[in-house]
Amino acid sequence: MAPDLILDIPNDLSSIEEAVDFVMQRCTSCGEDPRRLRLNLRVGLAEALANAMLYGNARDPSKRVKVEVAFQDSAITARVTDEGTGFDPLSLPDPTCPANLLKANGRGIFLMRKLLDEVHFNDRGNSVTLVLRLPRVLPDEGPEGGAKA
Amino acid sequence: MGFRIEKVNDVLVVDVEGQLIVGNRQELKQKVLEELEKGERKFIVDFEKTGYIDSSGLGVLVSLSKKIREQGGELRLANLNEDLRTLFELTKLDTLFHISDSRDGALQGL
Repeated sequence: MAPDLILDIPNDLSSIEEAVDFVMQRCTSCGEDPRRLRLNLRVGLAEALANAMLYGNARDPSKRVKVEVAFQDSAITARVTDEGTGFDPLSLPDPTCPANLLKANGRGIFLMRKLLDEVHFNDRGNSVTLVLRLPRVLPDEGPEGGAKA
Repeated sequence: MGFRIEKVNDVLVVDVEGQLIVGNRQELKQKVLEELEKGERKFIVDFEKTGYIDSSGLGVLVSLSKKIREQGGELRLANLNEDLRTLFELTKLDTLFHISDSRDGALQGL
């Protein structure tokens, strides 16, 4: 991925909103479906940042989170990397099954997977890449493609 | 941005203004648990002025609902916009909560 934007942000939950807003403002090629930006990308990116800060970096204020974003006509790709030792994303339980529905935690990655078209973790588990495909606008037709919220 | 609390008859209504996220979920939890401790048992969280909620916000609502029910009370939600409702539906939390389109709707029968 060749990023158009790279952010190096402190491990501070209060910086999430500003970082997400900064990314959203720079997406100028997504006008056909603003809801996918407003909901899908915003929520997915914010969840990835929160996870990086809370779990990846274990709330350590001395650590930082790197955000890389590539804007293309066909997709927005965001990679969030923390300085932690990583985890196994395959080990996560399904938060929607009855046994887990009453648990307070465990919905962040689930939402990322539901709202983004692709979610990939690196082997170590300290970096996640999110892909939101953008609708193609065909001549004389409406937009098509991508996961619906 | 923040949480505004008002009493409507015997129901405590909490307005979430702005966001309910990892950064402010503890504040909501503390405010509601304080009221629960004082004896309040009927709660409505009103999202009319809420633009955004994250998984931590969803989690604190689950946690509060459980604690309130353990005390014989009830927590209802009102005025979820389309985006918020989508998040509840995706996580199947719409099956856990009584969700109304309006505050008045949530107050009925509570």
